[in-house]
Amino acid sequence: MTVRFDKLGVVIAAIVAYAAFAAPFATFRANRIVPGEARSILEALPAATGSPLLAVIVAAALIALLKTPLIMRLAAGVVALAALALLIGVAGSFLTPEGNTFARISPASGFWLLIFAFTLLLADVLTRLNLSPWARIGVLVVAAAAIGMLLVSGSWNSLSILKEYANRADSFWAEASKHVTLALGSLAAAVIAGLPLGILCHRVEKLRAGVLNVLNIIQTIPSIALFGLLIAPLGWVATHVPGAASLGIRGIGTAPAFVALFLYSLLPVVANTVVGLAGVPRAANDAARGMGMTERQRLFGVEFPLAFPVILTGIRIVLVQNIGLTTIAALIGGGGFGVFVFQGVGQTAMDLVLLGAVPTVALAFPAAIILDAVIEMTSTGRREAQPA
Amino acid sequence: MIEIEGITKRYDATTVVDDVSMVIEPRTIVVIVGTSGSGKTTLLRMINRLVEPTAGVIRLDGADNRSLPGYELRRSIGYAIQGHGLFPHRTVAQNIATVPVLLGWDAARIKRRVDELMTLYQLDPQAFGPRYPHELSGGQQQRVGVARALAAEPNVLLMDEPFGALDPIIRNKAQEDLLAIQKRFGTTIILVTHDMEEAVHMGDKIAVMDAGKLVQYAKPAEILAKPASAFVETLVGASEKPFRLLSLGRVRDAVETGTAEGEAIPGDASQRDALAELLWSGRPALPVKGADGKPLGRVTVGGLVKRAARPA
Amino acid sequence: MKEAGVKAWLPSLLRLALVVLLIAFVTNPGWFEPLLKPLTESNAPAIYNQGSLLTLTLLHLRTVLIATVAATIVAVALAILVTRPAGVEFLPLSRSLVNIGQTFPPVAVLALAVPAVGFGEKPTLIALFLYGLLPIFENALTGLTTLPANVVEAARGAGMTGWQRLVKVELPLSAPIILGGIRLSVVISLATATIGSTVAARTLGEVIIAGLLSNNLAFVLQGGLIVAALAVLIYDGLSAIERYTARRMGQETA
Repeated sequence: MTVRFDKLGVVIAAIVAYAAFAAPFATFRANRIVPGEARSILEALPAATGSPLLAVIVAAALIALLKTPLIMRLAAGVVALAALALLIGVAGSFLTPEGNTFARISPASGFWLLIFAFTLLLADVLTRLNLSPWARIGVLVVAAAAIGMLLVSGSWNSLSILKEYANRADSFWAEASKHVTLALGSLAAAVIAGLPLGILCHRVEKLRAGVLNVLNIIQTIPSIALFGLLIAPLGWVATHVPGAASLGIRGIGTAPAFVALFLYSLLPVVANTVVGLAGVPRAANDAARGMGMTERQRLFGVEFPLAFPVILTGIRIVLVQNIGLTTIAALIGGGGFGVFVFQGVGQTAMDLVLLGAVPTVALAFPAAIILDAVIEMTSTGRREAQPA
Repeated sequence: MIEIEGITKRYDATTVVDDVSMVIEPRTIVVIVGTSGSGKTTLLRMINRLVEPTAGVIRLDGADNRSLPGYELRRSIGYAIQGHGLFPHRTVAQNIATVPVLLGWDAARIKRRVDELMTLYQLDPQAFGPRYPHELSGGQQQRVGVARALAAEPNVLLMDEPFGALDPIIRNKAQEDLLAIQKRFGTTIILVTHDMEEAVHMGDKIAVMDAGKLVQYAKPAEILAKPASAFVETLVGASEKPFRLLSLGRVRDAVETGTAEGEAIPGDASQRDALAELLWSGRPALPVKGADGKPLGRVTVGGLVKRAARPA
Repeated sequence: MKEAGVKAWLPSLLRLALVVLLIAFVTNPGWFEPLLKPLTESNAPAIYNQGSLLTLTLLHLRTVLIATVAATIVAVALAILVTRPAGVEFLPLSRSLVNIGQTFPPVAVLALAVPAVGFGEKPTLIALFLYGLLPIFENALTGLTTLPANVVEAARGAGMTGWQRLVKVELPLSAPIILGGIRLSVVISLATATIGSTVAARTLGEVIIAGLLSNNLAFVLQGGLIVAALAVLIYDGLSAIERYTARRMGQETA
């Protein structure tokens, strides 16, 4: 039997070899701001776990390197990632000197590269498995549950990012809820306003180019500038419109952030509504009219369901974009995870940056996967039939 | 009965349909023929008011078609179009049930009607009902399109190039099916096509349109025999005329007494098919058999050729 | 006739006016001080005074240019790689990676790049590069995988080698779509570069952030408007090039 190599496996094995043997596994710092000292796998872990981890990693890399059955690759990826996730926590407690609350242990480049390499392996396996939408959501739920369990069990508590979290657990959840409220609230507002606007643009051709151009130009204004520019008008509204201030409208803070996110969200929603409605087969529309549907019945019974997957794609774009842009709201006092990012940047405390950035990605990523799955579910069985 | 009186449609300066008047008898098939841009589709769409006329009246069984709101009128008239226009997001059964649902029929009645129509169109309701249109072949999609148009038992069925997207063999079958169903339900059918062959084959009467005007409205034989203008003459196709004329007649009407050798041709085959068979096999006569298989007599080349000549 | 002429020229005239205005503003911002003065409070300066707007604009453009050129080279090379027979098994994976990559918010990428390379222009370049990769890669992939089959077949039939097909047929035919990706990428980068100033990169974001910190709306407005004007003009210019290449190819413009 000849040994055959997997092309992607070669890349993975190379990354793993470098990350496991040449790059630091964890960083030790005497306190949260000073530069760190690198620790390799064998230095960062107790002897009883360090060598087995290396063995697992090398074995998984070998499975990736050779042409092996998908199920074996899946197992290798899962086992390697699970071992890494568990043992980085062990490294945390192992490296922290007894009773020292200032020392910070964080994962270093070697750890991240290993995570990247095995995620690549898993991503490849999952892509090749061609999972159904429900199965993809299932995988996501299992992964989220596993990470949640690790967090709750406290096995990562000795890592620096969670020490930052422990120091500000209350404000973390307050900012988290602000972040989600801003991102989802502005999306909801954009859908409520954008759908009718899109339908209007579809029906009234004269409006279409104008509306889309204006929305396009709004998108070119840098987000931090748009956030800033809304301070003035909203400040004016707050002081001059009776009752506005009591509704929470202020020059700085959540209100301009909400309005800016709303404005950014409009283009994808409106544009995709227009494209979706324009893509409804002419013949289906004609038949709907010809069979005596009223305008309303045609809109809700034919046009809208057929345009739905395209509109949903617009909503996916907005959701992922909003979750990211909301971080910038912190610059104008709008709150959200950006607070930690910018505080961290200001204090050159990277753990704090991570405390803001990681949850942001952790929100955006599942949002994209779930919406992609929903889009696929709503599109099946609805492709336009080709005339023979 | 459908009475079209002085119907005109203008868009800005262009007149698409120009003062057309015609009467369509109940339980007949009228085919509107013309080149693209002749206004034939616009004329059809004014009957169910998908297009509102600029001037003129259309009466259905005596009642002005504007006496109802457009959508209610359209629910009472069947409508089938080229490329079938099936709703891609609804199953075959849901597609067929469209108008009955709009009319508020109860579920049991809708199911009965859908099953009846699907069976009639040789589509097993169990197997095809839950499928989506894109899972069907072109011919099946077309049949579902017509079944959907007939779902609410309309007296009138409007068809806009319903067979345009089909390949020749499936098209022939679809035409035969439609003729059989028209006979069964007695539906009045108005069918738009650019294909004179189809018009002669399907129509009890043919309306020829050119540049918005109704040029000739007559029985197929008359259109072939006495084209009203050079345009109709071209449309009919000079070299095709005798064969089209023959295609109107059935073999049983051309039977002569006597016998002939060889395989018998059925009495309800077209005279054109009989002549083709005679010419191809090089024989002077063919035996003819009835539907029960009994011999009826024979057809001869000479007899058919006489019938292909310009009627007096 | 005359009216139609005016209508046809109007967009070009507007663009020209925008270019002139932009150049005048960044070279002689003092001229516009009276316009911006009403936006300031308690006698704050109306024009950014901690650096030249022209320098910042040029630095901003330079950052975007470097990142875009690098992103274009890498993205197109990768797209070519995964559409060749040797790399085709990476095609589905690369699609998934592009999808995953797009869920990383630019701020997160920027902030996460700082620990690796420190403050300044470098993290901004990395963020812009990574964020710019995705639209170009995606479009290049679309362009190279949706070529008319009969044209590629004809090229093969004419005896072209794989390399000749790529250079003479596939790349030119997908050029308009790839350009579309570059255009998207540039516009995103122009806006994202402003965020780079939160990690001390010298871009126009500096002006906006200075405005936010000192509550000076005039700063926010001038920084924002310069970036928006740059984005609109560059977007327009690249669209024109795209249309030109598409027309030469006899393709419809989308």
